[in-house]
Amino acid sequence: MNRINQLFEEKDSNLLNVYFTAGYPNTADTRTVLESLDASGADLIEIGIPFSDPVADGPVIQRSNEKALAQGMSLKLLFEQLDGMREKVKAPVILMGYVNPVIQFGIEEFCKECQRVGVDGIIVPDLPLQAYLDDYKATFDDYGIRNVFLISPQTSEERIRLIDEKTDGFIYMVSDAGTTGARKGISEAQLTYFERIQDMKLKNPRLIGFGISDHDSFSTACNYANGAIIGSAFVNSLSEAEDIPTAITNFVSRVKNG
Amino acid sequence: MAVSFEVSEKGYYGKFGGAYIPEMLYPNVEELRQSYLQIMADPDFQADFEDLLKNYVGRPTPLYFAKRLSESVGAKVYLKREDLNHTGAHKVNNTIGQILLAKRLGKHKIIAETGAGQHGVATATVCALMGMECIVYMGEIDMERQKPNVERMRILGAEVVPATSGSKTLKDATNEAMRHWIQHPTDTHYIIGSVVGPHPYPDMVAKFQSVISEEIRKQLLEQEGRENPDYVIACVGGGSNAAGAFYHFMDEPEVQLVATEAGGLGVDSGKTAATTSIGTEGVLHGSKTILMQTEDGQIVEPYSISAGLDYPGIGPLHAHLFDSKRGTFLSITDDEAMEAGVKLSKLEGIIPAVESAHAFAALEKMEFKADDVVVVNLSGRGDKDLATYIKYGKY
Repeated sequence: MNRINQLFEEKDSNLLNVYFTAGYPNTADTRTVLESLDASGADLIEIGIPFSDPVADGPVIQRSNEKALAQGMSLKLLFEQLDGMREKVKAPVILMGYVNPVIQFGIEEFCKECQRVGVDGIIVPDLPLQAYLDDYKATFDDYGIRNVFLISPQTSEERIRLIDEKTDGFIYMVSDAGTTGARKGISEAQLTYFERIQDMKLKNPRLIGFGISDHDSFSTACNYANGAIIGSAFVNSLSEAEDIPTAITNFVSRVKNG
Repeated sequence: MAVSFEVSEKGYYGKFGGAYIPEMLYPNVEELRQSYLQIMADPDFQADFEDLLKNYVGRPTPLYFAKRLSESVGAKVYLKREDLNHTGAHKVNNTIGQILLAKRLGKHKIIAETGAGQHGVATATVCALMGMECIVYMGEIDMERQKPNVERMRILGAEVVPATSGSKTLKDATNEAMRHWIQHPTDTHYIIGSVVGPHPYPDMVAKFQSVISEEIRKQLLEQEGRENPDYVIACVGGGSNAAGAFYHFMDEPEVQLVATEAGGLGVDSGKTAATTSIGTEGVLHGSKTILMQTEDGQIVEPYSISAGLDYPGIGPLHAHLFDSKRGTFLSITDDEAMEAGVKLSKLEGIIPAVESAHAFAALEKMEFKADDVVVVNLSGRGDKDLATYIKYGKY
């Protein structure tokens, strides 16, 4: 069974998904960050594939992408770094990236490498549902790779139902209209949206992301979904970290326990 | 079966196009896709569009027989004078169309990206005309290079926001505009300035710009007794003026379509924007097209002396014209373009935009018969480029 499906079978609340950019703060840090997150109790781990033009990302993740690329990070190198990770890492691992580097790598080759190193799923924000179904799904399915779709407050009910039908993993709920990055708290309008989706009784579990930065916003999000995703706040903490494993243990503990 | 150059139901030209956008933009783009053809076909809309093009922009622009240039080239050369439009370039044809469309969609805020500033100025202009709020994203480096246009936009009431991410030029301004649109999905319309972006933008912009080739046909019939020229030549960055100049000739195989790209310091120099020479298939800014990129799929920063051609891709329609060999794509270096710009100035008393000068340079590279009818799209005037001409110095 895919580790993503297995995780949600075993645990259905307060799940913490942490995002970090591959090759950041330094090229050789990918494995350290990954293994420290796993050891610290992150339930899912999302690894960003750096891209020159990340349109869905806010300033913090943009800068981490730029720095990683400037230091020589690439998708090919990422798969080399992830080689053998399953000897240590237990959590489901998801790659998050834009479609162009994946196309250049080759869709089939990409899926093959994901399967080889033990990646369980992928999030490609600029690969829309229809293009995925037409041109990608068959290959992803062949290699057992789950594709995670985003929904936002503007997504129509009809479309959410369609995405739910086509998803086998989880649904990524973008918390409000915006790119990734910290915001000030969670608003009434967002809570109304969270409740609306909760009431739809979707078949897939949901994680809330974008604007989740600390224990408070994490706990609030967890009241309305199976868990939440933290990216920019974590990337920020890495950029200031003196000792990566310690910083990660503290970060994950602060988010989970306050 | 003949190759089609009309966009498909799903937004493709051959294998290029589509709408590769984050889900957060899906409702905006879908709203546009479902309504643009209907709105554009509405007689009231068409009447408004034609009225503004005539009385505000100053259309039809002349199709001018360039006698001295023709003698020099050895063919009958006509210039389509898009430089005589209000704001000095073809860009305004599209911004007039899109702002009328935005009004009908009930939007009251406008965003745009700009490289050299011509599209930004054309957008700020129509926003002033309609009393709409206007934000233009512009790369920090381009703002420095194109200061007069920044101030023109500000005088017109627009807010100019520097794009400080990535390479701080046009592609980054486009990224920032898309991010702004993601953050303001309901009240804002994004006026993209070229035939790039997710479907329906390439088709919508091409249709608004197609007034250029529509007029060429009528004017050529009056002046030459035939609707079709032998050649149409236009420069391509993203490709909006070329799309407009080619539009009504794409299905007329006897008309040769010639697109000139910015070769910069030469296609092998690493300092170029000649996308079809060194580019490969990929996805950027919402569409599958031909791009300048690394093996790893990272977008490569282009270079050209002309900021308006300084884009790492071409619109999907042009990728299809190239791929199907319907269009001939030539690469013109900085020096060849500047030389052609000075030549046009001396022979015809017209200083072209450096972008348009790239189209004129093709005349020097091609072989013509004496009775060939050649239309060159003079997409913009050179006033904005005086500093570039002065720096070039050979006049």
